[in-house]
Amino acid sequence: MWIYFTRRLFLALAIVAVAVTLLYVMIHAVPGDPASIMLGPRATPELKAELRAKMGLDEPLPIQILGFFGDLLRGDLGTDVFTGREVGQIVFEKVPFTVTLIATSIGWAALIGIPLGCYSAIRRNTIVDKVTGVLSVSTIAIPSFVMAIYALLIFAVWLKVLPAIGAGAGGLLDTLTHLILPAFAVGVSWVGYLARVVRASMLEVLGENHVRMARAFGLPEKRIVFRYALPIAVLPTITLMGVGVAYLLSGAVFAEVVFARPGIGALIVDAVDSRNYPVVMGCVVVTTTLFVAATTLADLINALLDPRAREG
Amino acid sequence: MRTSDTTAAEESRAEADTVRGAGALLQTWRLLRRDQLGMLGLVLVVIMVGSAIFADLIVPYDPTQIMVGPRMAPPSWDHLLGTDHLGRDTLSRVIAGGQVAFLVALASLGAALSFGLLLGLTAGFGPQWLDNGFLLLFDGVRAFPVIIFGLATVTLLGPSLWTVIFVVAVTSIPIYARIVRTQTQAMKNNEFIVAERAMGAGTPRILGVHVLPNVIGPLLILASMDVPLVITTEAGLSFLGMGVRPPTPSWGTILNDGYSYIRNSPWPVIAGGIPIVITTLGFTFLGEALRDIFDPKLRKDL
Amino acid sequence: MANARPTSGGPATGSAGAEPPLLSVRNLSLDFGSPKGRVHALRDVSLEVPKGRIVGIVGESGCGKSTLASAIIRLLAANAEVVGGSVEFEGQDLMALSERKMRDLRGRRMSMIFQDPMTALNPVRTIEAQMLDIQYREPADEQEKRRRAIAMLDTVGIPDPANRLKAYPHQFSGGMRQRICIAMALLVEPALVLADEPTTALDATLEVQIVNLLKRLQAEMGCSVMFVSHHLGTVAELCDDVVVMYAGEVVESGPVRDIFRNPGHPYTQALLACDPGRIKQKTRELPTIPGEVPNLVSVPHGCIFKSRCREVHDRCEAEVPGVHPVSNERHRAKCHLREPGKAATRAEAKA
Repeated sequence: MWIYFTRRLFLALAIVAVAVTLLYVMIHAVPGDPASIMLGPRATPELKAELRAKMGLDEPLPIQILGFFGDLLRGDLGTDVFTGREVGQIVFEKVPFTVTLIATSIGWAALIGIPLGCYSAIRRNTIVDKVTGVLSVSTIAIPSFVMAIYALLIFAVWLKVLPAIGAGAGGLLDTLTHLILPAFAVGVSWVGYLARVVRASMLEVLGENHVRMARAFGLPEKRIVFRYALPIAVLPTITLMGVGVAYLLSGAVFAEVVFARPGIGALIVDAVDSRNYPVVMGCVVVTTTLFVAATTLADLINALLDPRAREG
Repeated sequence: MRTSDTTAAEESRAEADTVRGAGALLQTWRLLRRDQLGMLGLVLVVIMVGSAIFADLIVPYDPTQIMVGPRMAPPSWDHLLGTDHLGRDTLSRVIAGGQVAFLVALASLGAALSFGLLLGLTAGFGPQWLDNGFLLLFDGVRAFPVIIFGLATVTLLGPSLWTVIFVVAVTSIPIYARIVRTQTQAMKNNEFIVAERAMGAGTPRILGVHVLPNVIGPLLILASMDVPLVITTEAGLSFLGMGVRPPTPSWGTILNDGYSYIRNSPWPVIAGGIPIVITTLGFTFLGEALRDIFDPKLRKDL
Repeated sequence: MANARPTSGGPATGSAGAEPPLLSVRNLSLDFGSPKGRVHALRDVSLEVPKGRIVGIVGESGCGKSTLASAIIRLLAANAEVVGGSVEFEGQDLMALSERKMRDLRGRRMSMIFQDPMTALNPVRTIEAQMLDIQYREPADEQEKRRRAIAMLDTVGIPDPANRLKAYPHQFSGGMRQRICIAMALLVEPALVLADEPTTALDATLEVQIVNLLKRLQAEMGCSVMFVSHHLGTVAELCDDVVVMYAGEVVESGPVRDIFRNPGHPYTQALLACDPGRIKQKTRELPTIPGEVPNLVSVPHGCIFKSRCREVHDRCEAEVPGVHPVSNERHRAKCHLREPGKAATRAEAKA
């Protein structure tokens, strides 16, 4: 068990390292360099050279990468060239907002989607199952940013029932009401997605031999569903939710822009707009790490729930 | 007892032959026609792709022409989807936007498929260390959330159609490469390939004659199911102002313009979002129907 | 509960004819829906399982023997439909029972051993959880149920049962898992055990062990067993009575000794001739039965075996054979050749 955990963690670290290296290689492979991009077309060569030196861009590539990893290990993500603030500080200020949004979105989606999929599988071909099927596909087909705009249009512009802008001024109730629309927009396609996956997986498990055996012993159907089938049927869902954090992060970027919420997404969009290269890099590193951490966590939860995976 | 087993095997082989033969397309069509959702998907895809191909012929107005007529107008007989904040005809912009969307999909998926095939075959047929190296590389690229990676790339390359194509291609390559690699490795140890090798066939011949035809079919179905994802990414980046540059119409820029004026008129956002939804639905339904037809494991018998 | 457990479940091998049988299947017919039409998978199947006896069901793959077992315990696929006949078990017709009543019987009066031990146990629950679960209707407390489970695992030959109880199925080998399944099937002290090819997935050495185990436990507990198998040797070894099935029909049934010594149906004769264990002469090729199993969507007229029978004649084309006695009243075959009066002439012709 512990061997598996350690191995999985090392793999996660390796993936982050490869990703960051790739990012660096790409920056150097494309025409133009960050310094001239940041300073704009009218900058003098001296000014560019000065900035390049300040950002460490004049050194050879391997040195830069090693230097970046060294800084990273010390928790230093560089300095914002415009404001002089620490990038790490700027980014981590926003992390809680984005993580809250993502967790709320996937949370409510799982609370509704998983039971819905389970119910559809058990009551196959009933009205509820068919309606769930159609609704699932429809919600999956609507991208989160379109959903965000439509939600804004309906609930904030037309009905005027929910606040549309910002994350609230503080206070639990205010925070929550400001969370409803973004979390709805980011999570709604996940309701359909999870329902579909759980339904398919549940149907597969219910057709397996061990379920037949449980039935041959006259076990109550409820017990078969909840104790024999469901624990196996949700396993792929957990992996999916881990991988899904990448999509949720993308969704969060749009939700934060549409609803003018603070967060990493809004931060990176602003940084890209103002060509604030160190902040963009910081955001990429942090979100990538978040994503890899989520997939790793999903694998570990899977291992905890599935005795077969522990030894793998 | 054995007699019955061999006949059953022969029968299934004969069945497989008919599917592979010249009538394959016809048979697929026959199976597809029985699938109502699949047919709906096909119709939607044909409408969307068709309107993109013939966009120049069917647009009622020049999509980029700023007109003196009404601004932010609701739908009318003159402007079926209304006009935007510059008085441009929204329907024309939606149709022209489809052209951009499918151009991006075609170019990026084409590039991703070619590179994915190349890398996957190399990883699958190459030495172990190369395979391991590629796998780590693939996982590394996949560790970036697509939109975040896109935004980082835009910082470096500047926003443009080509940046979008580049972003989608790069993030899709590992997915295809991994599938090709798995399939190739499964094929590598297949008996007929081992036999072919024993008879002195070189690696290029084996790859070209045996592996490629077996890998390319499922890959194409997969790619067609990825079209909505690509279109969403393009529209998303364009919505953030990081994709296609104005005045070129894109479903994303239409949404962005509409979003800025959402309190004045809902029509531009509605018009910008609907085609994305229709395209996604179309490709999803069609892709699922095709997958059911080609993957007998998922085929639903009574 | 509707039916109290009989107090005397002792072996009744000697007096099987006197008591009513534990299970009697009468004229059971069953169809499967398929894209090509209804498959008539079981047709007019009748057989009896007397108290305390082991009845073997033999036949090649697809002859309907496993379907029969599933039909008796009513765990059929969704596309299956019983179209006629009855299954009488301890005085009630199982086909007419409500789902609730049927569930009361399962895991109490009858239990089942499945073909593939690798998939029959739940992979994410411990052996203990699964063995306690099947006792959920017993009035005993958890401690007592655990003790019973350990005792039963010990009986079927699982070493160190008290500790192994905490293990998951994947931590056991295939043979051990089948022993666990047998332990579970017998733990509930059923009157009837349906064993659906329990040794097919195991290798030959394990097969012998499992068969011996079943035989010993059946003798100890006195329950009846319906043993489904395609392996004649195993059936000869284990069973008291044999039912031979072909393409969804019972073609011959009777005591094991009579069937193996004096097979009455050409199909049984051919099966015995193909059994590698019974071939006396040296041969380069294993004998097979030529021809194909008939299509069960449109069942041919006359005898079901006519297309592959060596002794086929005019009557077989059009007329469905009746069931006639062979060696004695209990040994019967569904063949025109066994019609009283015919048998003699046939025997003469052979000589």
